[in-house]
Amino acid sequence: MNHSATAVMDNRHPMPGMQVYNLKLGMWIFLLSEVMFFTSLIGSYIILRFAHPEHWTQPGVILNVPLTAVNTFLLICSSVTMVKAFVAIEQGDQKGLKLWLLATILIGASFVGIQVVEYTKLIHEGFVPSFSAYAAEGGNLYGATFYLMTGFHGAHVTIGVLCLIFVLFRAMKGAYTAESYGGVEIIGLYWHFVDLVWIILFTIVYLL
Amino acid sequence: MNWSWMLPETVSTYGPAIDQMYYIILVITGVVFFLTEGLLIAFLVRYRHKEGRKAAYIHGSTKAEVIWTLTPFLIVMSIALASKSSWDLVKNPANFPADAMQVVVTAKQYEWNVTYAGADGRIGTADDFTSRNQLHVPVNKVVTVNLRSEDVIHSFFLPDFRLKQDAVPGKEISVWFEATRTGEFTLGCAELCGLGHYRMKGTVFVHTDADFQSWAASRAEEEQQ
Amino acid sequence: MSTAQLVSSLEGEDRSQPGYAGEGQHDISFIRKYIFSTDHKTIGKQFLFLSLFFLVVGGALAGLMRWQLGFPGQPLPGGGVLPDTMAPGGIILPEFYNSLVTMHGTIMVFFAIMPLLVGVFGNLLIPLQIGAPDMAFPKLNMMSFWLAVPAGAVMLASFFVEGGAAGAGWTSYAPLSTSGEWTGVYLGQQLWLASLIIMGFSSLTGAVNYITTVINMRAPGMTWFRIPLPTWSLFITAILILLAIPILTGGLIMLLFDQTIGTTFFIPAGSGEPLLWQHVFWFFGHPEVYILILPAMGIVSEVLACRARKPIFGYHAMVLAMIAIAFLGWIVWGHHMFQSGMNPMLGTTFMISTVVIAVPSAIKTFNWLGTLWRGDIHFDTPMLHALSFVSMFIIGGLSGIFMASAPVDMYFHDTYFIVAHIHYVLFGGSLFGIFAGITFWFPKMFGRMMGEGLGKIHFGLTFIFYNMVFFPMHNLGVQGMMRRIYDPNEYEFLRPLQEMNTFISISVFLLVTTQFLFAFNFFWSMFKGRRAPANPWNSNTLEWTVPSPPAHGNFAVMPTVYRGPYEYSSPEVDADFYPQDQPPPGVGSGGHTASGPEPVPGA
Repeated sequence: MNHSATAVMDNRHPMPGMQVYNLKLGMWIFLLSEVMFFTSLIGSYIILRFAHPEHWTQPGVILNVPLTAVNTFLLICSSVTMVKAFVAIEQGDQKGLKLWLLATILIGASFVGIQVVEYTKLIHEGFVPSFSAYAAEGGNLYGATFYLMTGFHGAHVTIGVLCLIFVLFRAMKGAYTAESYGGVEIIGLYWHFVDLVWIILFTIVYLL
Repeated sequence: MNWSWMLPETVSTYGPAIDQMYYIILVITGVVFFLTEGLLIAFLVRYRHKEGRKAAYIHGSTKAEVIWTLTPFLIVMSIALASKSSWDLVKNPANFPADAMQVVVTAKQYEWNVTYAGADGRIGTADDFTSRNQLHVPVNKVVTVNLRSEDVIHSFFLPDFRLKQDAVPGKEISVWFEATRTGEFTLGCAELCGLGHYRMKGTVFVHTDADFQSWAASRAEEEQQ
Repeated sequence: MSTAQLVSSLEGEDRSQPGYAGEGQHDISFIRKYIFSTDHKTIGKQFLFLSLFFLVVGGALAGLMRWQLGFPGQPLPGGGVLPDTMAPGGIILPEFYNSLVTMHGTIMVFFAIMPLLVGVFGNLLIPLQIGAPDMAFPKLNMMSFWLAVPAGAVMLASFFVEGGAAGAGWTSYAPLSTSGEWTGVYLGQQLWLASLIIMGFSSLTGAVNYITTVINMRAPGMTWFRIPLPTWSLFITAILILLAIPILTGGLIMLLFDQTIGTTFFIPAGSGEPLLWQHVFWFFGHPEVYILILPAMGIVSEVLACRARKPIFGYHAMVLAMIAIAFLGWIVWGHHMFQSGMNPMLGTTFMISTVVIAVPSAIKTFNWLGTLWRGDIHFDTPMLHALSFVSMFIIGGLSGIFMASAPVDMYFHDTYFIVAHIHYVLFGGSLFGIFAGITFWFPKMFGRMMGEGLGKIHFGLTFIFYNMVFFPMHNLGVQGMMRRIYDPNEYEFLRPLQEMNTFISISVFLLVTTQFLFAFNFFWSMFKGRRAPANPWNSNTLEWTVPSPPAHGNFAVMPTVYRGPYEYSSPEVDADFYPQDQPPPGVGSGGHTASGPEPVPGA
């Protein structure tokens, strides 16, 4: 890159030495704070579970593991479709971009939908965050941590789906090209992060 | 005004060791305080702006950095290591003196309830007796306090004994002390526990052994009625 | 595809952003220019007014608190101005006193000191000092400010709801804070949590912006070790905010659920763990302590070097000490919990990590002294504040050693000794650093000089009254007075201390009154002060190479940086300063040529 001291300054263009463009760097930095947020929730869960194992049941007794396994598989698929969308626009394939974005949105929305069905069923069965029929002292740390962690993850997926819809909307207006696909790239980063968090949550909340 | 850097008289066996640690830190920090502030003032006077003066063009000195990294490190590390023994002695149940008199202190908004073992020497039996906002102990006898709380966190603070320990609901936390003289001393709450926090206080009565026995006997009898 | 193409393609997100210096001050509406501005300097000023307002609120709360302690049970002067739920007949109620304690701490930490340091100086200084036209994300920056406003409004509103404002302390220990059953405060406690969650988002968006800007937006030649220390400190602070605030947010959300939907994360009656809250809070809280002091350290380093006309002593050591603090800050939180019932073995571990973190602070102090040594010291108002930062920080640092020793802490924990300690760091340190920063950069912000005479009088009186307030508190602590107690006279052994408490309270009223001098000087200078030249302090850093105040977009041409920020009294030039962008002899002013020193960006 060439720079002369007389160049007009413009914060839309990279400054010298910039290796990653601002939005992408900003997203990476933001995801670090997300890591810490989920660390606080997961850390609290671990401490509470070690202190009061009697609140938890064997895996699969209350939570529907097969259903969630399917859901996990769906979310992993959506990461694949997200990558497909990214690869499509990298090659200037507008149709592919829109198609794969739509696929990601639909799978993401199905994930949230299945989670809502799961919550409804669990609440009908009496598995609520505040009260437990099987822990003597009252309180339900199992339910509370379950809804806390999966709920905040679900909120992240929902926000991701909304952002993807926004990106799709812009894609339909032809906002992205083979040279210019920052918006697709950063929503992709976010989406993969949310996917990764789910794999951790699925393991520790449902399987262990 | 009551201006003092001296801690109040201590009446527990480990109090003097803690006080000594305090005075050591007071002397060290006092010396550092006068040295650094003195140097600061000296520099301000000596190097104040004068017409025609140009400051020295010095960027630093690795030697100086090493010296003023290592010196404070060694000093504070020594303080930490020297503090370790008193800490372990007072707070680590593995080091508690054997043959202690056990009491249970249950904190609740805004009072201290003390339970003593009756004649059987065990707490949790029918002959237990209690006192409210009063902790009676014999002098020269190790007392283990098992702290509980019924509602929120309180802090069991015996300033004259140099002892402080939070009472946490859902947990029982043990600490100990041994009084070195008889008298009446303050028991305070040191953790904000609600609107009555400021009046959550009690008294520690340190008796001679004989006095304690007679107090215990009469109190136990009162309670049986 | 090049990065440039990729980035310019992103313009769709930001098409309305006026980013050019070349465009100058074009016509934008009043609302876009002063209210919903994306200019980092305007946002910095907005944060300045907001946080100074909260500083006044926090000070007023402290005044009320001190009235009760200085004159317990006596009606406030002016009688029953406050509603009966707070102070019937002017006599402060214990529950209102607890709200005062809580809200004074919360407002000062989250709405005064933190935005003053990070919001004001982060916004004002980072782009200017690294030679950038603005922040990386100007709109996100605007959002950061406009999240802080509703957060503050919610916090203030909580005073006026049924049950009053939060009363469980700024640390909000569970289970006291989990239910109105214990505190008598219901909605107020929830508004406290909601406000802090919103404020967390504000801090977070700011942090993402600062970090991206410092990494990506530096002018040619602005290598990492040529970055001025205020920007270094704000960069490290932003990293701490980025990683610490989400931890607090997680805890706040769990506490909010405990209060509202019946979960029992921290409530032992439902098997919850009260100590978990403390671990979460202090895991955030100790990095927070450094968030509150590091930027002040950066500001003071800048002012000391500039006004002593001497290179900062040990620039690299200064940066490394800050980095060390940022790392060690994560492993010392347990020293807030020595007496909490935590495993005593952990106490020993935390005691050792805690004393280690004292070392970088000591390094910084000695380097400040080294900077003054053989300097040419100009006693301007900013310098006086910076010097008092150093001398007060010494006291605050040394008093911390007492509590670092776990057995000594057994006596001092939760006494006025800790109150003295934190105020020596946060007032004597941070606030004097803030005063130094405001008086130093006032000309850059408002284009006018601040009144020097009034500034010195304000400094002198503040310094004296401040010490009259907080120094005796060490003694209250030595004699065993607990903090957060409504009326110490309840305890017989504290009654002899009433005289000292009254003395402190009178000093507080004097200290608060003195601040009107500052307010008057501030506003008078803003409109009537002497016009400021571009570089009134003969400083080296880039913000002084542009007019005061700088135009939108900051630099007419992209500056090139040739040297570090503290080349004062260099033998290479006759003047006693050598601006970072002044080409060395033999290099034309038309930018760097092949023969010039080739800047090494990002090295």
